[in-house]
Amino acid sequence: MSTLRITATAIAMALGLSVGVFAAESQNTLRPNLGQAITPGDLAPWDISVMPDGTGLPPGSGTAVQGAPIFQAKCAACHGENGKGGEAAMVTAGPPRATLDGGKTIANFWPYATTIFDFVRRAMPANAPKSLTDQEVYALTAYLLSLNKLIGETDTIDAKTLPAVKMPNVNNFIIRFPERI
Amino acid sequence: MAGKQPTRTAQEPEIVAGNGLLHRRALLGSGVMLAGAAAAGIGATSAAAEPLKDGPWSLRWGQVLPAYQVPSRFEQHVVRSLDNPTNILRNSRARTPHHLLKGIITPNGLAFTICHGGVPDIDPAQHKLVIHGLVRRPLVFTLDSLERYPMVSRIGFVECGGNSAPLFSNEPLQENVQAIHGLAFCSEWSGVLLSTLLEEAGVDPKAKWMIAEGADNSLLSRSVPVAKAMDDAMIALYQNGERIQPGNGYPMRLWLPGYEGNMNVKYLRRIKLTEEPGMTYYESRTYSQILPDGKAYRFYFLQEVKSFITSPSPGLTMAGGPGVYEITGIAYSGTGRITKVLVSADGGQSWGEAALQDPVVPKAFTRFRMPWRWNGGPATLQSRAFDEGGNMQPTRAQFVAHRGQTTRPPSVLGFPSQHFNAITSWQVQANGSVRHVYA
Repeated sequence: MSTLRITATAIAMALGLSVGVFAAESQNTLRPNLGQAITPGDLAPWDISVMPDGTGLPPGSGTAVQGAPIFQAKCAACHGENGKGGEAAMVTAGPPRATLDGGKTIANFWPYATTIFDFVRRAMPANAPKSLTDQEVYALTAYLLSLNKLIGETDTIDAKTLPAVKMPNVNNFIIRFPERI
Repeated sequence: MAGKQPTRTAQEPEIVAGNGLLHRRALLGSGVMLAGAAAAGIGATSAAAEPLKDGPWSLRWGQVLPAYQVPSRFEQHVVRSLDNPTNILRNSRARTPHHLLKGIITPNGLAFTICHGGVPDIDPAQHKLVIHGLVRRPLVFTLDSLERYPMVSRIGFVECGGNSAPLFSNEPLQENVQAIHGLAFCSEWSGVLLSTLLEEAGVDPKAKWMIAEGADNSLLSRSVPVAKAMDDAMIALYQNGERIQPGNGYPMRLWLPGYEGNMNVKYLRRIKLTEEPGMTYYESRTYSQILPDGKAYRFYFLQEVKSFITSPSPGLTMAGGPGVYEITGIAYSGTGRITKVLVSADGGQSWGEAALQDPVVPKAFTRFRMPWRWNGGPATLQSRAFDEGGNMQPTRAQFVAHRGQTTRPPSVLGFPSQHFNAITSWQVQANGSVRHVYA
């Protein structure tokens, strides 16, 4: 690439063009520039990332009471009755602390409640991912938070309340190589 | 090869470390040196050869040439090990049989694979890559359009952050190098530098992260610093010259040389530039490593300097009895080039420097070789790698003192923690079998 740029600059100078102007132009001329423009509306169906501050959460809401029957119908086959675990991980509160012997849970390890919504919406249930409505994902998120005793059974989870859920382990993380960020 | 050549009168190769490790120079002048060793009566167990005769394959017409060739039928044991062969609804892993491979390039059919929802069957004509978020122009790329871009080819490894996790066990699990270290492979990757596409989209200076997302059933997503994206990240389209294998990301994957495998998002379909990381499932939960004091590491990223011996190793019996053998293995570092590999045959009491096979490529497998005269007694083999960043592979004792270990042996398929890069020890028994030990 650098060889190409040097050559292009030399040509520009030979043609008597301003190198400064050419440098700006070269951004476009040395690449095929085949990326097609897309509007935010057209990419919205794929724009599903939910951030820890709640950015990206859709409209809707749910409670643990609403989530329990959905869990029973669509999740318990793998995650066990009441989330006690099965072929897939348990999703209850579990031990007070995770160790190298295991036991990472939402209550004792997950730092952000928003991650539950983001992951369930994109990946669950494993045999039919992306089949849940946003309303169902909110209800399941509330159910999981309630199983982990982080909210009450009738507390409403929505775009405003989800990022505000207090996660006990949030301050126990150390960035391994901060100089690489 | 310049300088003094060993002569036939130099019967004994130079011993460089305890328990029979020979100077790596013995490999360069191997004909003379090993012949000398044989003349001295070492390895004298070989019986006289039988009279020669033609095999049936020399007496008849052979088979039709296949359009896409596969290894000989006599090599059917050289395969990946599968931990979910019936494809039930959980993660699936296929591990690389390092003990049966040589060189530094992993054959595509033997490259390790981890999928969280089976292997997706992606139609390349319908696959799209979107770049959006904090950019001047949100853009969509097709596979055909990326083929038009300037490409680069680089050799480099991909290693799962959880590779070697069985070594977090408090007791050595009796498993082979495939089960313990099989979640790493090395390929030549060809593709488009991500920086080329990001420049076309015009990245807002406020963007410090990008969330990369795959098109697999779980839309696996990871946050990557823009600094890495602009440094050496590639949208990889080809693996060892051919299109990427379905298990490794077909039709395109993110390749972040030297970084944790899970971040190298396969089936890449979306890159969103953001100010903050997404704290996705895999970074905020799975690939955060619990420490003994209850805290946890986050954003480990780097696959640190590491090596392991692939031969001899468990399952490869030294059936020939005492004599001269080559100890060989793989070293690599996410920081850069491997500068040195030391080998010990006495459990780390003494070390000799191994020969590094050319080419030595940064952030790629480096093959090391060490000549060894086995006296037939117990010997504990270790390797220890150093990289150009000045990093040295730690001993297991040093490592677990900081990172912890289990209180009871886990399943060999489990992941007590990740980013294990300490020394592995193989103990050769007097009967020629090899055991996994902690030393």
